[in-house]
Amino acid sequence: MTGSPVLEVRNLRIEFPTRRGPLVAVDGASFTIAPGEILGVVGESGAGKSLTGTAIIGLLEPPGRVAGGEILLEGERIDKLAHDAMRRIRGRRIGAIFQDPLTSLNPLYTVGAQLVETIRTHLDVDAAGARARALSLLREVGIPAPEARIDQYPHQFSGGMRQRVVIALALCAEPRLIIADEPTTALDVSIQAQIIQLLKRLARERGTAVMLITHDMGVIAETADRVAVMYAGRIAEIGPVREVVRAARHPYTVGLMGAIPKIGAGAGKHRARLVQIEGAMPRLNAIPSGCAFHPRCGSCFDRCTRERPEPRPIGSNLAACWLYDEQRTAKT
Amino acid sequence: MTNNALLRLDNVGRDFDVSRPWLNRVIEHAPRQLLHAVDGVSFEVRKGETLALVGESGCGKSTLARLIVGLHAPSRGRIEFDGVEISDPAARTQSDQLRRRMQMIFQDPYASLNPRWRVRDIVAEPIRVLGLLENREQVGERVAELLAQVGLTPDDGEKYPHAFSGGQRQRISIARALSGSPEFLVCDEPTSALDVSVQAQILNLMSDLQAQLGLTYLFISHNLAVVSHVADQIGVMYLGRLVELADAKDLFANPRHPYTRMLLDAVPDLEMSGRRRTPVAGEVPNPLSPPSGCAFHPRCPHANDRCKSEKPPLIQRGNTASACHAVEENRI
Amino acid sequence: MNLRALWGHDLAYSFRASPVTIAAAALTLVCIGAALFAPWLAPYNPFDAAALDLNAAFAPPAWAPQGTAGHLLGTDDQGRDLLSTIMYGARISLVVGLSAVLLSMLLGVTLGLVSGYFGGRIDALIMRIADVQLSFPPILIALLVDGVVRVALPSSSHDEIAIPVLILSIGVAGWVQYARTVRGSTLVEKGKEYVQAARVIGRHPLAIMLHHVLPNVTGPVLVIGTINIATAIITEATLSFLGVGVPPTRPSLGTLIRIGNEFLLSGEWWITVFPGIALVTLVLSVNLLGDWLRDALNPKLR
Repeated sequence: MTGSPVLEVRNLRIEFPTRRGPLVAVDGASFTIAPGEILGVVGESGAGKSLTGTAIIGLLEPPGRVAGGEILLEGERIDKLAHDAMRRIRGRRIGAIFQDPLTSLNPLYTVGAQLVETIRTHLDVDAAGARARALSLLREVGIPAPEARIDQYPHQFSGGMRQRVVIALALCAEPRLIIADEPTTALDVSIQAQIIQLLKRLARERGTAVMLITHDMGVIAETADRVAVMYAGRIAEIGPVREVVRAARHPYTVGLMGAIPKIGAGAGKHRARLVQIEGAMPRLNAIPSGCAFHPRCGSCFDRCTRERPEPRPIGSNLAACWLYDEQRTAKT
Repeated sequence: MTNNALLRLDNVGRDFDVSRPWLNRVIEHAPRQLLHAVDGVSFEVRKGETLALVGESGCGKSTLARLIVGLHAPSRGRIEFDGVEISDPAARTQSDQLRRRMQMIFQDPYASLNPRWRVRDIVAEPIRVLGLLENREQVGERVAELLAQVGLTPDDGEKYPHAFSGGQRQRISIARALSGSPEFLVCDEPTSALDVSVQAQILNLMSDLQAQLGLTYLFISHNLAVVSHVADQIGVMYLGRLVELADAKDLFANPRHPYTRMLLDAVPDLEMSGRRRTPVAGEVPNPLSPPSGCAFHPRCPHANDRCKSEKPPLIQRGNTASACHAVEENRI
Repeated sequence: MNLRALWGHDLAYSFRASPVTIAAAALTLVCIGAALFAPWLAPYNPFDAAALDLNAAFAPPAWAPQGTAGHLLGTDDQGRDLLSTIMYGARISLVVGLSAVLLSMLLGVTLGLVSGYFGGRIDALIMRIADVQLSFPPILIALLVDGVVRVALPSSSHDEIAIPVLILSIGVAGWVQYARTVRGSTLVEKGKEYVQAARVIGRHPLAIMLHHVLPNVTGPVLVIGTINIATAIITEATLSFLGVGVPPTRPSLGTLIRIGNEFLLSGEWWITVFPGIALVTLVLSVNLLGDWLRDALNPKLR
């Protein structure tokens, strides 16, 4: 993990214009991903994590638009590129893995045809060379007997195998960055573990940066190096995964970790209750003033209702919370 | 049979005919195809307790839930509720008593409420259909009481489902299920479609209601961590059969069946203890053509020849019952 | 974000935002108004045989030479004032069009619901009947029903029952598309968990169909119906043009066009042209309204 970051997002703002004024779905998100690093972006529904990934890969559907901030891929800005330029980048330098492997693959073409098409679109190889690459990719993602399976159709693969094919498809043009949006959510739990291992290994071996978007903290804990926790379109906390999971600072992250059921010591009903965060994530047209989490926060005080906190360093994490403001700790 | 068993299943099975249409079968000389969704399942649920059924896709747990509640008729076996046989759905529709005592909560909060009905009508439906209360005032009071019990307000009764979030809709579903004052609730993945923090709220609510109202739950889930918080007894299902049945604490402390161990291993490690995980092999086979003998043998590290030819029966051993030759032969 | 109030407002907003739709709605209102209030608005009563003056036949429109101010659009071959006849004729067209569509809807929605909910043999039977009917052009079906009824009933009553028979034949010709759409939606809704919940509660299948499924499958029906009003009006016009629709003593727009057709080349062009323009205007504006409604109600565009 050396060198400059593959992806740098600065103050990203995504808006949806409506008749009553713009709805801000992502409000000032900033993070970086280094080569070979896996950044987990975790959050509940409506937090804006999928939109962030979609915006980076340039597939944000109108009327949604990037209304502010910068997205830099290996130092170059890509948020203001024209469609054609973005299309060349997509697939070649940024790969994507989406949630549902069934709809990510075209049912009318063989797996081999889809791989070869993508390879030849982005790389200058002939048909035989492309096929050889496709075979080696299928082998690399763990599909047994790739020579036999390369000419099969997607419906002839099981769910987990299909997701492996999707991963191969995302990798085939040797991208520097992969955006994976809920890659394991539609899979059985035993297959999830296999796909997680695969992603980790590939990222490490190829030095590809991965942005792993999911609502499942468990997947993050197993896979990611760093994690960003999103709430109501903002980043609440970001830091090394171990720190965030075991020693979260932001009250939302703390609540989230407490709410996750874990198989720990002792099982069954008579265990401690799960931590409950009262209320629900605010709707986009009703985001509270100041800190978006303040109505649900047990540690809320006056400043939280008025001023919006920016992520500030606390330990090895960055947390957007006034609790850690130096002036306050100096007072107490 | 223990005398405080509220629900008892004895060798219950359900087959679905998924053959191609008659004309196709005649022309193509194709055989009839039967899907053995549930095969020889037996267990008891004791009054006031929670039995959880866990398994991955295709294991038959949802089908089993629907058999118990009367949406399908079992192809084989016996279902008894409080000592009375209820296997025949035709007989069951005449039984108001049964429908009052047993209700169901569904997985998808967006599809389980009629979008054209107001919430108060949705919650009041069982009361009206079962003729439990006389006049509209009484019904209205009862609806208000139920809404309060699940954490909503009486005003919410006037709204339509689309005004509510996923978690709130599940609360409405719970209110509807409780309106006839049932004793037994079948819960089919009630929190799988919910965000983590909302899931915690709903699980806590269900736990409180169980304590207050003396309810008995059959809780279906694919998530072992969730189940570890709610269950007294756990049954693990694989391809239509029950492969392990034990009290929750025994199952987690000492899992016997290789599939149970595999499932436990696949649960992501949020404690970040850095535990080594046994690599998980293979995928759930196609339920239409299950492996011979023990359905798990292709993925099992302990399979021998007997496993390939003979289906293992569920055998009680100490505190656990498991369907595994290796366990029976003391090989593991 | 999906508040029904907001959406209802959006419907009004999308209406206001489209000048074509507003114009279409205005025209439709004018046509309906003229037809509805014909007895009060029309200068003459064209169906009153006693008032007909054959001497006034073939009078050209008021602005042409030899035209009189009393007959703004001229008269037809029987001496009927064309403007009045068009208004009364539009009345018939609208009544037949709306009633036929309502009949088609009733028939189609019921059969579609039953077919989709019960499945199995009932479904197969109804859908096969639908398939057979679809292999005939709707006009032929309407002609068939019309012909059968004429044979079955004594000829003296033909004139009185002409309009109900017309409604019946066009209605029966059009049920299939409603049935298919509703069947498809019913199949989708049947699989949803709120229907299963109702079954667990113990409701009778007919009650479930009526109270749970029906409210959720009627959306597309409304849109198809609106667009089909235009088709029904054209079908009635065609049948009248062919001579098997309304009796000639009470002409509808189609009859007028037929009558005028004979005289088109001999110079009395207004007898065909004005009813034709009226028909096109009515059908086009209803069609445009239907188009807007379909797009506005499309959940994917919301």
